[in-house]
Amino acid sequence: MEYAVEIQNLTKDYETGFLRKKRVRALDDLSLNVEPGQIFGFLGGNGAGKTTTIKTLMRLQFPTSGTARILGRDINDVQMHRRIGYCPENPYFYDYLTATELMEYFGQLFGYDAAERRRKCEDLLTAVGLQEKDWKRQLRKYSKGMLQRVGLAQSLINEPEIVFMDEPMSGLDPVGRREIRELIAGLREKGTTVFMSTHILSDIEALCDRVAILRAGRLAATGDLSELLSNADGSKALEISVQGVSAAAVRDEVEFIAGATMSAKPNGVNIQILDENDIDAVLSITRKHGGRLASINPVKQSLEELFVKESAD
Amino acid sequence: MPNEGTGFLPRILTIAKNAFREAVRDRILYNLILFVLLITASAVFLGELTAGQESRVIVNLGLSSILLFGAFISIFVGVSLVWKEIEKRTVYSIFSKPIGRGEFIVGKYLGLCMTLLVNVIVMGAGVSLALVYVGGGPLVWKIWGAVTLIFFELTIITAVAIMFSSFSTPALSALLTFFVFLIGHFSSSLLDLATSLGSRGAIWFFSAIYYLLPNLANFSFIANTANGDTPPTAMMGGAILYALIFDVILMAITVMIFSRRNFK
Repeated sequence: MEYAVEIQNLTKDYETGFLRKKRVRALDDLSLNVEPGQIFGFLGGNGAGKTTTIKTLMRLQFPTSGTARILGRDINDVQMHRRIGYCPENPYFYDYLTATELMEYFGQLFGYDAAERRRKCEDLLTAVGLQEKDWKRQLRKYSKGMLQRVGLAQSLINEPEIVFMDEPMSGLDPVGRREIRELIAGLREKGTTVFMSTHILSDIEALCDRVAILRAGRLAATGDLSELLSNADGSKALEISVQGVSAAAVRDEVEFIAGATMSAKPNGVNIQILDENDIDAVLSITRKHGGRLASINPVKQSLEELFVKESAD
Repeated sequence: MPNEGTGFLPRILTIAKNAFREAVRDRILYNLILFVLLITASAVFLGELTAGQESRVIVNLGLSSILLFGAFISIFVGVSLVWKEIEKRTVYSIFSKPIGRGEFIVGKYLGLCMTLLVNVIVMGAGVSLALVYVGGGPLVWKIWGAVTLIFFELTIITAVAIMFSSFSTPALSALLTFFVFLIGHFSSSLLDLATSLGSRGAIWFFSAIYYLLPNLANFSFIANTANGDTPPTAMMGGAILYALIFDVILMAITVMIFSRRNFK
């Protein structure tokens, strides 16, 4: 299978200082593959190397060592960039242009004729939720959220096969985030691969098929989101949710079950057990005190827990 | 689906047109207003002070102003042209598109040259009109040879400014470009001086300067034009060819440096 993105042993060092030059490693032997048609979430704390990776893929920086390919072509192949899109973090554009002029300009760089440019411009600015009255305003008068929308629109002007988004929800209000989330989900339906770096974990959970977590320039974890979230430690813990009984009433008896923990909730209690053979014991205890079974679910760690665990130094 | 795209030339022209639009919207051409005021005032008042010499004074003042205003734009806009794109991070979205770094640099350079061309033409027309006003006779059209030479000199200064800005700060680039502008006008005189002194070291040093830096005296025809001369065709052709060769060399160096740059 040809990967949409193939990163092999990518390392990037920065030199700091003027007289006494010191080397700082931003990316350390990063290897990563992204399958086509997926929304790939790229996670990591500040300074983990997410933006460095994306900038290297966009040939804005040259790697110290290692290689990367997008759609099977080397990242330095200029013509390959005809097939990809990029929405930078906090996008900056020529602020003396209007949104329409900027889209026209980028359309010209791709060689589209005037009619095609106009159509794409209208379709995309509408799709990202930019109101028509703002299309003819200079970008220097735009808010951060509006610039973010223009950034997304321009990244899609060439109907890319893969689009790289660096913090695409940054600066957007909750309604805007929801709109852009729907737009990104729509891209997946059209078969577009999305490589997305973000800090907003709920967006990752809502959108991404696979994720990679970076820690200090190294790959800390990668895989299907559902796999990563379903107990990374391999345990088969279950949470039994019971209504109509208080935690205090059952505490003494539940404590006899090995590994069981409990937490009170409004009008009931949640009991976590490590072995499914203990379900009957829990149910008999709670029924004895008038409780009713509400649900039994496998315990998954939250993305936040996973993120904190994997990205902490 | 992505289209087949275009060749490099339309992409360069698209970037050039945008650089020109940037100059216009950044009010670079407002300097024309200052120039028009200057030339109008000189046409009206200088004639009274320099009896019979109005045309000569207007040609000298007008053409020198075209050169100085142009050099000012070449240096100060030239050094910030690429630097601004990096600093404001506008290059991020440009280089994610199928644009080579060389295409970008050449496009930006041509855009500023277009701005300078418009500037020089409008200013030249202003000088011609002033000459018509004072009855300058054939000088009205004779100035255009010198105006053409000034434009080509400015293309070299612009290329020097962009080259310096591809690896240093705007302030340092402006300073270095200004030195090149200054020395470029006197390099042949300095070589003559060194030769007359007879010092081998001085001859070697000033020869290096003479051959490495553009000899901008090749483009000086202001005083001759004021005396009613027009540049001979061979001189014009030689100077234009010299400028084009220098422009190409400077652009090649700039592209080489810029192609290795990391954008942080």
